[in-house]
Amino acid sequence: MKNKFAVFLVCAVALVALPLFVQQFGQGWVRILATALLYTLLALGLNIIVGYAGLLDLGYVAFYAVGAYMYALLASPHLTETFPWIAAMFPKGLHMPIWVVVPLGAGLAALAGVLLGTPVLKLRGDYLAIVTLGFGEIIRVFMNNLEHPVNITNGPRGLDRIDPFTIFGVNFGKPLVVGGFSIASVTLYYWLFLALVVGSVVLCHRLELSRIGRAWMAIREDEIAAKAMGINTRNMKLLAFGMGATFGGVSGSMFAAFQGFVSPESFSLMESIMIVAMVVLGGMGYLPGVILGALLLSALPEVLRYVAGPLQHLTDGRLDASILRQLLIALAMIVIMLLRPRGLMPPPEHGKAAPSPATAK
Amino acid sequence: MDYFLELFFGGLTRGSIYALIALGYTMVYGIIGLINFAHGEVLMIGALVSWTFTTAMAGSGMPGWVLLLLSVPLAVLVCCALNFSIEKIAYRPLRSAPRLSPLITAIGMSLLLQTLAMIIWKPNPKPFPTLLPPDPIDLGGPVITITQCLILGLTVVILSALMWLVNRTKLGRAMRATAENPRVAGLMGVKPDFVISATFVIGAALAAVAGIMWAANYGTVQHTMGFLPGLKAFTAAVLGGIGNLAGAVVGALVLGLVEALGAGYLGELTGGVFGSHYADVFAFATLILVLTLRPQGLLGERVADRA
Repeated sequence: MKNKFAVFLVCAVALVALPLFVQQFGQGWVRILATALLYTLLALGLNIIVGYAGLLDLGYVAFYAVGAYMYALLASPHLTETFPWIAAMFPKGLHMPIWVVVPLGAGLAALAGVLLGTPVLKLRGDYLAIVTLGFGEIIRVFMNNLEHPVNITNGPRGLDRIDPFTIFGVNFGKPLVVGGFSIASVTLYYWLFLALVVGSVVLCHRLELSRIGRAWMAIREDEIAAKAMGINTRNMKLLAFGMGATFGGVSGSMFAAFQGFVSPESFSLMESIMIVAMVVLGGMGYLPGVILGALLLSALPEVLRYVAGPLQHLTDGRLDASILRQLLIALAMIVIMLLRPRGLMPPPEHGKAAPSPATAK
Repeated sequence: MDYFLELFFGGLTRGSIYALIALGYTMVYGIIGLINFAHGEVLMIGALVSWTFTTAMAGSGMPGWVLLLLSVPLAVLVCCALNFSIEKIAYRPLRSAPRLSPLITAIGMSLLLQTLAMIIWKPNPKPFPTLLPPDPIDLGGPVITITQCLILGLTVVILSALMWLVNRTKLGRAMRATAENPRVAGLMGVKPDFVISATFVIGAALAAVAGIMWAANYGTVQHTMGFLPGLKAFTAAVLGGIGNLAGAVVGALVLGLVEALGAGYLGELTGGVFGSHYADVFAFATLILVLTLRPQGLLGERVADRA
């Protein structure tokens, strides 16, 4: 027991100290780490919907977008510049504190999740997939076009000059100086995201073991049997949608503050698909697997950037590095799935014999 | 009225192309229950092969329609071979895996094909040569292009052929049997692997034709061109009731018309508040509405939940 605690402590210290070490190689690497954590947060949220409740959601990025635009609108000069009456209400400019905006973004995303969930509860499997996909596209079209007749989202140009986070007087936008040390802004974000991810993992783990989590998994395995056992499948599915969407909303507002800029381009269908791929590739419904999948798929493209350079030379520069990267990611997705059909780290079977490959044909 | 008819024909053309693609989705789904995300990319490859052939042969002095006609079997052949290999490499090994695993290889395949196409054909959009006389035919008011006529006619022919294949031939019966229950079909002497391969090949042939139609009608080809028609055709297949052939056609025509009419009238009806870029919202809102009222799709049967 004592041993386990020591390992845990070492891991925690290593994770916290990681950016301080990595930044020796450049701030870009810390940025990659922070982005990977953000994707982990998203993957954890989607895992609730897809992994636990077994509802295939191909429009998850819509909730991410709702959170991001929520924060962007309430903490950037865009609204005050466009609407004089808002400027009159907030003479110093609209700079909502995160304690208001993040819960608001999360709440709005949850509401969107429940709103989407309500009409589609009757749908199963792939019908649900296409409806959620359509919902994601609808949100994106609105973001792209809501600049006319009233300019709300500023269209494809997106919103910029978004305030960085300020928590307990610490402005995340500029380096924090403690003693003689200067801690970079990305490192602060890294710690924030790390804290969120750890919190989410604990939350998800507790959920998984709770009555709710077991109800979700029962629905995933067999909805009719779950219903027969007295589970209120409708409310449970709505709860899964709402919970997953909340994660999306929170990650969205984090993303907006981190980037300082949001535009519809960041919320394309491809993004949704990549998040689904993270969950499935890692191991659906199993937290270590999901985290592994998210870290792998979000960091892989960045790491490949360094591999792709030499490869580019091998082909006499005929192939662009970004093209090579895409090629390798596609190949990785196919090969990993073929080699490990249940994901890189599938959930352990609970007292159930694994289906032997000989009988399944 | 003329405006309406023109939109109507435009929508019908679009819907016919969607129908050809949607059939590929729905047949594959009906048999192995997989959303073949790479289907749109097969269409793109078909269009690009046809583009390569027609531009390479442009100087040969053959009339445009002959070139177009010759490029069709070539594209069909390439796409059939491609889809056959995709199934063999990426989907067959995962047949007994969890349901979402082949979905991920399908997404990977789609990404892979797009990237390969970008490497082979370069990323820039290429104008598809005008091979058919572009002059519109006047129907005493509304006008329709020869390309549109051809697409509509060809779609009817292909659909009839497919209906005949599925309902009247031995292969068709084997396909329906496999869709119903692969194991029992196997006991009855059907080779499921062969049937599944055949389904992918037929779907690819339809997609190749659809790709050439799309390119001829809208005039450009590019490595990303498969995404949108693929997405819409999948939507159409679900709208009609996935796994149901007639449903896919009905869903596709409905979707094409809704889009065309929506884009044409939305601005007018809302006084310019919502422009034609909201056509997609309109299409997806229709989908959500239809599925809310009829969760099994327009023509889908109410499948009893499996125990």
